[in-house]
Parts: sequence; C-alpha cells; structure tokens
Amino acid sequence: MQVFPFVVVAWILGVGLYGVVTSRHLVHQIVCLIVVQSSTYVLLLGVGYVTGGVAPYFFDVPNHTPAVDPVVQACALTDVVVEAAVTAMLLAFAIQAYKRFGTLDPQELADLKG
Amino acid sequence: MDQLLAVVVVVPLLVAAAVTACGLLFRSRRRILDVVAILTAAAVAVMLFAIMIRTARGDQVYWFAGFRPAHGVSVGIDFEVQPLSAGLACLAAVLVTAAMTFSWRYFDRVATYYHALMLTFLAGITGFCLTGDLFDLFVWFELMGVSAYALTAYRPEERGPIQGALNFAITNSIGAYLSLSGIALIYGRTGALNMAQIGVAVAKHPADRLVVVAFVLVIAGLLIKSAIVPFHFWLPDAHAVAPTPVCVLFSGVMVELGLYGIARVYWSVFGQALGHRAAIGHVFLGLGLLTAVTGAVFCFRERHIKRMLAFSTISHAGMFLIGIALLTPLGLAGAAVYVIGHGLVKAALFLCTGIVLHRLGSVNESWLHGRGRPLRVTGVVFTLAGLGLADLPPFATFLGKGWIEASAGPWLVPVLIVCSAVVGGAVLRVAGGVFYGLGDRPSEDPQMAREAAEETSETTGGKDRTPLTMIVPPALLVGAAIVVGLIGPLGPAVQAAAVRFEDQAGYNTTVLSGAHVSHPVALFAAGPTSVTAADVLTGLGSVAGALILAWLALYWRRLPLLRAHRPNASIAAAARRFQSGVVNDYVTWIVIGLAGLGGIFAAIIGLPQSPALGSSPETS
Amino acid sequence: MTPRQRRWIFLIAGAGLVAFYLWGLSGLPGFGNYPGPYGFAILRVAVAQTNATGVVSAINFDYRGFDTVGEEFILFVAAAGVATVLRRLRGERERPAVDEAAGRDVPATSSAVRMVALLFTGPVVLAGWWLASHAQTNPSGGFQGGILLATAFILIYLSGEFLVFKRLSPADLTDVVEAVGAGGFVVIGLSAVAMGLAYLKNFLPLGQVPGAVSSSGTIALISFFVGIEVAAAFILIVTELLDQTLLIRKGG
Repeated sequence: MQVFPFVVVAWILGVGLYGVVTSRHLVHQIVCLIVVQSSTYVLLLGVGYVTGGVAPYFFDVPNHTPAVDPVVQACALTDVVVEAAVTAMLLAFAIQAYKRFGTLDPQELADLKG
Repeated sequence: MDQLLAVVVVVPLLVAAAVTACGLLFRSRRRILDVVAILTAAAVAVMLFAIMIRTARGDQVYWFAGFRPAHGVSVGIDFEVQPLSAGLACLAAVLVTAAMTFSWRYFDRVATYYHALMLTFLAGITGFCLTGDLFDLFVWFELMGVSAYALTAYRPEERGPIQGALNFAITNSIGAYLSLSGIALIYGRTGALNMAQIGVAVAKHPADRLVVVAFVLVIAGLLIKSAIVPFHFWLPDAHAVAPTPVCVLFSGVMVELGLYGIARVYWSVFGQALGHRAAIGHVFLGLGLLTAVTGAVFCFRERHIKRMLAFSTISHAGMFLIGIALLTPLGLAGAAVYVIGHGLVKAALFLCTGIVLHRLGSVNESWLHGRGRPLRVTGVVFTLAGLGLADLPPFATFLGKGWIEASAGPWLVPVLIVCSAVVGGAVLRVAGGVFYGLGDRPSEDPQMAREAAEETSETTGGKDRTPLTMIVPPALLVGAAIVVGLIGPLGPAVQAAAVRFEDQAGYNTTVLSGAHVSHPVALFAAGPTSVTAADVLTGLGSVAGALILAWLALYWRRLPLLRAHRPNASIAAAARRFQSGVVNDYVTWIVIGLAGLGGIFAAIIGLPQSPALGSSPETS
Repeated sequence: MTPRQRRWIFLIAGAGLVAFYLWGLSGLPGFGNYPGPYGFAILRVAVAQTNATGVVSAINFDYRGFDTVGEEFILFVAAAGVATVLRRLRGERERPAVDEAAGRDVPATSSAVRMVALLFTGPVVLAGWWLASHAQTNPSGGFQGGILLATAFILIYLSGEFLVFKRLSPADLTDVVEAVGAGGFVVIGLSAVAMGLAYLKNFLPLGQVPGAVSSSGTIALISFFVGIEVAAAFILIVTELLDQTLLIRKGG
C-alpha cells in the first residue's frame, strides 16, 4: 500500500498523454488534458497524507490533533481552479475551430504547416 | 522592506480589473483606455528599473502577509529580487509599453479585453521573474500562459489563430502540469515550497533518483516555454497568427523567461545537490546547439515574415541556452545582455512587420517584393534591426554574443557565428527584397502563400500613411539596443550580478536568515568583459556573412552555379513532415524529448562525481 | 507522422517517460509518511495566529494569499479569453432573444426537471453564500462558494427558462461584478501596504474566539470577494457558451 497511489499517478499521466496523442476529436483531447492534470492532484494529495491524521479543520476537533498536510490541499485547490480556467478557454477554442474548419479532428486542422 | 516589490506586480492586475469594471464607460472613448494601459506599463517599467538599480547593491527579499521564516522554515511566500530578474522584467515592461503604443487607436478590439489581457500578461511576467517560491512560480507561469493563449486567439474570425492558439495552449499546458508534478515531487521529499529552503534541504545529500526526476520534470515546462528543440513546434504556429504587438512580447520576453526559469531553478535550487556540473552543462550545451542550428536552418527557408522571425527566435533561444549552459558568470552575463539586445531588436523587427501589414496588407515575402519601397523610414529601421540581429558592433547583441564566445571553447565560436549569420541573412534578405526591391522575386511556395494570404490586415483605417505611434516605438527600440551596447560600466555590473545569481549558498542565507552577503562566490571565476579587437572582428564577420547570404539569396538565379541546384525542395519536405501543424505530433515530440532527457540525466547521476567540480556539497 | 507511427512511437517513448517518472516516485517516503516541515509548522500556529479553524482557508487567503491573487486572475483571464473568442463576429448575427417556441415543435423541459431545478435554486444560493462568507470555518471558502452561486443561475437555465437566465445575468453586469471581485481582493492587500504593513497582511481584528462568525480578520473578507468573482466568471463563461449554441448563427 505504500507505493500504490504513486503508481496510479504515473499511470494516469501515461494514459492522459496517450489520449492526447492519439485523439481524433478536440473535445476528447481537451478532456485527456484534464486527465493529465488529475495526476498532479493525486500526487499532491498523496505526498501530504499522514497516516491516522484527520482533516485540518479544528472546529469540532481539538486544536493540535494530528492532521494531514494542509498545504498540499491548498495547492490542489489552486490547481483545480487553474485547470478549470484553461479548460474553459480550450473548449471555447474548440467551438470556434469547429465553426472555422468544419471539423473537430486535430489531424484535419492543419492549416499551418511547414 | 521595499513595498515597491509588491506594488509592481499588483498595479497591472488592479488596472486590468479596473479597466474591465469601467468597460461600459470606455466603449466609446477608446483613447482613454490606450492611455491608461500605456501609462501603467510605462510606470511598471520605471519601477522595475528602479528596483534593478537598488538590487545592484544586494538582493532584496519581500515576505508577503508578513510571515517571515523561523529556524529555516518559511510559512509564507517571498519575492527574491536580483538585478538579472528585475532587468528581465523591466525589458518585458518596456516591450509591453512599445507594443501598446503601436496598437494605439488602430486595433480592432472587443470590449476592453485587449488592454486587460496585456496587463495581466505583464503582471504574470513580473511575478514570475521576481518570485522566490516554486509554487508561486507555477501560478505566475500559468497566468502568463493563459493570457498568452487568449491574446493569440485574438482574431478568431480567421482559421489560423484558432489552430495556433490550440497548439500553443495544449503543448504549454502539458508543460505546466509536468512542472507542477516536479514541484509536488520535490515537496514530497523536502516539505518546502520556498526555493532557498528546498535548496538547503536537497543539498544535504547527493542527488538521488527523486531529485533528478523532479529537476527534469520542473524544467520540462520551462523547456517547452523556451522553445528548445524538440519542444519548439508550437512557437512558429503561435507566432504566425498572433497579432503583431503580441508577437513582440512572445519573441522578446516570453521565450527568454523560460530560459530564465531554467537558470533560476538550477542555480537557486537544484544546482548544488545535482553536482556533475560539467556533464549537466554539456547536456544543455547540446540542446542549445541543436536548437540554434535547427532554428537557423528553418528560418532561412521561410517566406512568411512572422514565421521567419519566429524561427529566428528559436535559434537565438538556443544561443541563450548555450550561454547559460557554459555555467560561467561571463556566459550568464553574456546571455543576459544578449537577451536584452535581442528583445529590443526583435521587437523592432516585429513592429516594422506590423507596419508593413498595416500599409500593404501582407506578410508574404514573395508578394511584397519591391512593394515596400514607399515605406522608407520603416525600411531603414528594419535594416538596422536586421544588422543588430546579425551582431553588428556596437549593438547590445554584439556585446552579449562576444561574452558568450569569450567564455565558450574555440570550437563553439564558429557555430555561433554561422547561426547568427544565417538568421541575420534571412532578415536582411527580407529587408533588401521588400524595402529596396533588390534581386529577384523569391520563389512562391504555394503552401506558404496560402498561409500568408490568410493573414489579413489587423488594423482599420489610415492605411495610406504610417502613423507616428507605429514608427516611433521600433525606432526607439533600435536606438536603445545601440545605447545599451555602448554603456561602459555595463560589463562588470552585469557580471557581478551573474556571480551573485550563481551563488547558491549566498542566496539561501539571504532568504532564510535575512543576512546580507557581501562577497558572493560563484563556481567559476569572472572573466574579462572588455571588448577586444578579436570580438569586433567576429562581430563584423557575422555581419559580413549575413550580408553575403542575403545577397546570394536575392541574386542566386543570376549565378550560373547555383541555378542548377534546388536546395530548397528537400528541406521543404522535411519541414512539412516535422512542423505538421498537428498538435498530436507536437506532444509526441515532447514525450520523446523528455524520455531522452530523462534517460541522459539518469545516466549522469549514475556516474561517479568528478573531483574537480561539484563534489560533495558543503554542509553548513 | 501517420497515426499508426505516432501511436507506436508514443508507446515506446511514453513507456520510457512513465518508467522515468516511476523511478523518481519510488524515492518518495511511503504513502502516509509525510516528513514535513511546512505542513506541521502551519498546523502548529495557524489557529492561534489567524483565529480561523479551517486551516486550508487560512493558507489560501492568508499564508499563501499571494498565490490566490494570481489564481483568481487566471480565472479572470479565462473568462475574458472565452468572451474574446466567442464574441459576436462580423458576418454573424445575434438572434434576438425572443421566445421561438411558438409554432415550433420544441420538446418542453420535463416537469420533474423544472421542479427540482427551481426547488434547489434557493438552497444552492444560500449554501454558496454561506460557504463564501464563512471561509474560516468551513472546508471551502470563496472558490467553492462562488461555483455554487453560479450553479444557481445554471439551474435556472436548466429549468427551461433561458431568457430569465439571460435577463438575470447580463454580460455587462457580470463583467463588472467579476472585475470588482478581482480588484477588491487586490485592494484589500494594498490597504495593508497603505498601513505600512506587508502586502496582504491580515490587518483586521481577529476576533475573540477561533471559528466565530466574525473572526480571522481579512480571511473572511477576501473569501467573500473571491466568491463573487468566481461566480461572475463562471456565469460569464457559461453564458458565452450558451450564446454560441442558442443565439448566434452565421448570416449576412
């Protein structure tokens, strides 16, 4: 159990990149990009886990109870917002690409070459 | 604590928000928006210049929210400013001011977003340069990136910008996520996000597999941003289609920021722990060489002026990386001054191209042959900038290049000269053909002609004359490039700054304990920065080579020898296969490049340490 | 590269990259053995220093508040980018937002969906508002609260009332609200500077009891501004996307 989450991290990264590289549909490609970023969430939260720690919220739990690392959770939060922003923009680009090119296949979109 | 450090990042953000909030008011009074944006960018440039002068005496550290480190553990975010960081950010602000002056009044725009986006771009750049915290670096990197994606797609009514923006966004986003993975990895080992704290923590033991992998991942995103081969494929696509003022920023600063990031991450965080200085230097040297040569070759065959300038940026990025990879203060100083000179000159070239686009409606070199003759002043500025790009003394590019060559081995110098000559030759070929009608019309490549024809004008109105706001910025930028090259005490000052940049122990002390380090010590000794006759000779040689190449390119049909050859065709086929425009290919190349780089680094760490350099790190 | 070549090249290179990554990951301390010191240092002092019981919010809006400024502006830029790219272009016309159902065979929204959507709108707004304004106690804060607020608007659209949705969130107003949210955050930080403190220093009174409604100084205030900015940004993004599909069509 000690290394399994990190194996998952590498796997998700690999699968996401495979999806981006072999994609034939822009929306699918963008979602694969989200998958690639998900690997960073798992990694961040995985490195900060403390066995037996509670969530770092001390409203009903006495202060100084051993808790998991709160810093990575804040970083993951930032990460999620960044990903949402980038995805929104990419989807807007995809809509416009469909309107201009008539196709969503990244391999057909090659107007710029050479 | 100097409040200016926080204000300089926050002001453009605030103005961007304010400009959007008052969007309704400004809709009919476009000029006010322009003035506000230009003034903000100019103010930021002045502030950064002041910061650069102030930090010449000693690094400045600013702790946000008042949380200072205790016992070597920092809980807050800091800005750690050195002259090189502030100088790069100042260059960015100057270029933003020039670009916004250029787009005065004549730019198609929607709501207030253009100005807001340029200002957030500037804020992202400034934050990236000044920060001393790895995760903060990632945040500003992403702000810079997202603003850039939006600015690239600014004219979505054409096909090119959308494709270029998509390729740009997907490749650079993958880079950013890889960098974040590296940051998370090193956090898992050291439990710190502050660069100095991480540096101290990893230097305690020689680098093991985790540190190496973290390093490679963190610089992955930065390598993609700096368009190092084979991570460079997105750059020509993005440059070909972005509006001209935006291209100014991409070529002038954004690519150089990636290289700055690599240098910063190496020198301030991982350098001491990784050791193996010579081997690592050689790896980056190889990457730089590959990039310089590839960029130069592809640059010369382009007929689309903006794409040609984009490939020339790639070539120069390779040369900057060579300067950094030499690991000496002189090489770093040379790269820094070269970046400044290149930024100013390249910006002028792009702005002149924008003037051509505005007056003549095209960027296709073949179609434009001879038609640029009425644009006399633009022609002069463009030619001067082209000569500056070819390292003519006394441009700042010549100065920086000279220092890199002085620090490099004798076998590296010819390569650098040839690359400069090829790139300069391409630009001078355009100058001669378009503005003076010299030589024969270049051959028409149908694919390129189609692309260039798509580049419709980005301005409305006033096409019969060149407004002052368009011609003054490039002229001033070229002048500045010359002036910077003539500043006498620049050499020792920049090199002292480079020495301080490379002193990791000093950096850690400054940040974590607030002490002032009076005698920074770099790994290599500083070199002489005076300009020798040999330097002038190599500079002139590079310019001569460029002129010869340009002349050959313009007149080759009249020479019996060359008429028989058709060297362009095979390169054209190769180019089309690699620069395919398909983002899946680009990502595949990124993966190939990273796997290769990872393998090389893994092998390096497996090697025993060389006793002369980078042997067991000092434990304080 | 042909698709087949690409797939094979990637499988080899990708396997190499993943292997390299795993090699590095194997150097981590095992799962559950976080070594510190950053997390532990903050856990020791956060509640005492900020009077916020939600330590993650304290980090987001106080300790690492400067990161949050950048992150908020990333969202701001994304909304601006979406608006820029999807704006009404020359050669396109905006269909006037009238009810076109008359005489057309449009499937009406099912009553179940309408009922649930409208039923949930109120509670969602309330929940979002509470989350955004009580960042110091709840595991959330401005970002999640803002998303919930935006969700309320989207629920209105889902219940079939697209025109109501458009009327409630005119693009200009949403723009202004978003900018006020983003700018407000920056101004709070600058207020600290004006008082001679470091940027974003928590200068408001911290309150007596940790986790009380009016405790933790600027954390709650910042979180509120972030909440309205995020809500406005997401409403803007969704509006632009919906406009594309429902209102804008090509024509002369």
